[in-house]
Amino acid sequence: MAEFPAPAGTNKMAVGTGPVVQLSGVRKAYHTGTAIETEVLHGIDLSLQPGEFCAVMGPSGSGKSTLLNLVGLLDRPTAGSLRLFDTETTGLDDHALTRLRGHHIGFVFQYHHLITAFSVLENVMMPMLGAAGFPDAAMQQRASALIASVGLSQWQNQPAGKLSGGQQQRVAIARALAMNPALVLADEPTGNLDTKSADDVFALLQDVNREHGTTVLFVTHNPTLAARCPRTIHVIDGRVIEE
Amino acid sequence: MLKPWTPFEWIVALRFLREGRLQTLFILSGVAIGVGVIVFMSAVLAGMQSNFIRRVLSAQAHIQLLPPQDVSRPLRQAASAPGTVVVDAIVQAPRQRVKSIDQWQAVAAQIRAMPQVLVVSPAAAGSALVTRGSASRSVSLAGILPAQYYRIVNLEDKLLRGHARLAATDILVGAELASDLGVSVGDKLHLATANGAAATLTIIGIFDLGNRGANERSTFVALHTAQSLLGLPGGVTSLDVTVRDVYAAETIAQRITATTGVDAQSWIKTSAQFFTAISAQTTANTAIRFFVGLSVAFGIASVLVVAVVQKSREIGILRAMGISQGQILRVFLLQGGLLGFGGSLAGCGIGALALILWQRYARNADGTPLFPLVFDPKLFLSALLLATLTGLIAAFAPALRAARLNPVEAIRG
Repeated sequence: MAEFPAPAGTNKMAVGTGPVVQLSGVRKAYHTGTAIETEVLHGIDLSLQPGEFCAVMGPSGSGKSTLLNLVGLLDRPTAGSLRLFDTETTGLDDHALTRLRGHHIGFVFQYHHLITAFSVLENVMMPMLGAAGFPDAAMQQRASALIASVGLSQWQNQPAGKLSGGQQQRVAIARALAMNPALVLADEPTGNLDTKSADDVFALLQDVNREHGTTVLFVTHNPTLAARCPRTIHVIDGRVIEE
Repeated sequence: MLKPWTPFEWIVALRFLREGRLQTLFILSGVAIGVGVIVFMSAVLAGMQSNFIRRVLSAQAHIQLLPPQDVSRPLRQAASAPGTVVVDAIVQAPRQRVKSIDQWQAVAAQIRAMPQVLVVSPAAAGSALVTRGSASRSVSLAGILPAQYYRIVNLEDKLLRGHARLAATDILVGAELASDLGVSVGDKLHLATANGAAATLTIIGIFDLGNRGANERSTFVALHTAQSLLGLPGGVTSLDVTVRDVYAAETIAQRITATTGVDAQSWIKTSAQFFTAISAQTTANTAIRFFVGLSVAFGIASVLVVAVVQKSREIGILRAMGISQGQILRVFLLQGGLLGFGGSLAGCGIGALALILWQRYARNADGTPLFPLVFDPKLFLSALLLATLTGLIAAFAPALRAARLNPVEAIRG
């Protein structure tokens, strides 16, 4: 991956030197409209060190996405401790969680979820734009560099919807990296792609991890891709089992 | 390309509106038509009302001060005290005499000093009999000070023939009266009043008050001529007053009565039916504006509710990217405000165009405009502001819903 300027006001080192992610006894239960709660995660303990690349595997409905949503601060645990970047997050309000998420976590979803009203460049600029409030030249420069790093320079001014599935997923990775996050959460990013595109996307994430020291939590059903990750955990029936 | 220094919320709001351009176009058209109707109706109604009021009040004073009426009291024994015997309990309404307002000059000076008052004009009025050869008519004789009275009722503008510079032996008569008596400018008329006074006056002008009945009865002479004919040396039977704000006439009349002790009657009371009609028109217009505004608000709200549902995944993604609830709220509020503003801008254009067409094509039989329309910038400005505010208020519920979306559920769809 090419080097690109970091967005103003963000720095991975500023978020602590301990584990990037530290879950202790994390439980997650949902109300399903009755008095009975359905517990999806049963006391998860998990630690991710800076620069780790960890695959998460498990059957559908085992709680992988729930785990990712909790780590990504999109959801709150019912019980347990969830520390990110040396910060206990369970007591934080929505504003603080949003800020932490926006500045230090990048998301790549199974479906690219680009905003079709914007061009490729604008999609990649979006997290920076949201954080700064106004567009500026540095933001645009960084977004261009990120798009170049995923090999889509010639598409940067095209509407996001005009790209192929693989290309869109690469744009989604560029967008996830916009704020130079310490942690990238990828929820089956290759699930909808053909083998070649899936390999490209996986390689991109590996590059991000290797070249920028970004911690990557990578959910996949693909054992071949999981086998290429230095660490794999399995989530089975709401429990984490280390490989 | 994103323009520098355009706030994030504006960028996203404008892009979302542009993406759903058909939906945006429809709701903009809806708002524009609604605002156009409001602007057009308000301007037409305001023009019509001011025309009515101008017509009515250009032929009468806003407030008239009158001497107290004669009343009958039961006849009691001398040195009457509460409980004394009533000698004659039958009470008949007395015949009203022509009489003067007590100390009218002091009262007039007092009223003139009031800041809301424009003109105070004394008048001596009563009835008289005019004869011309074998023809005679009973008329209403009004003695006026032309310099003051013409500022209330501009008789010079209503003249069909002659002039209105009244001297001691001059008289102005209505068109129908002149026709009935077969007289014209320069002819003499003999006037006699009930108290036996009589004079021969020269017709110097014939006027049209716009009302056949008034033209058959009305005559105007100089104040001192009327005073001597009516047996009111130095006295006046009324003080006619005009005020700056015609709608405040009743309040001012009450204040005058309280200050001077003279009975003051405003046009609002004396022309109660007319005023009620004007008020009813205003109420109907307000109701129509309210319901049109309400339908505009519901239109904007429904479009934004649909937009929130359509954009829920994007909202979830934006939230995942670190966009705050406040920013999402502002994105949708802005959309509401922009729809209101854009629609009302177009609506003001539609309203103005409709008014121009109305002025051009809605005409009297003689080709003159039905009534003058006023293009009041305040009307357009208030329509813009109100519609924008309505858009913001209408957007609030959908915006709140968008801001409160659970990102996980929103992304999952």
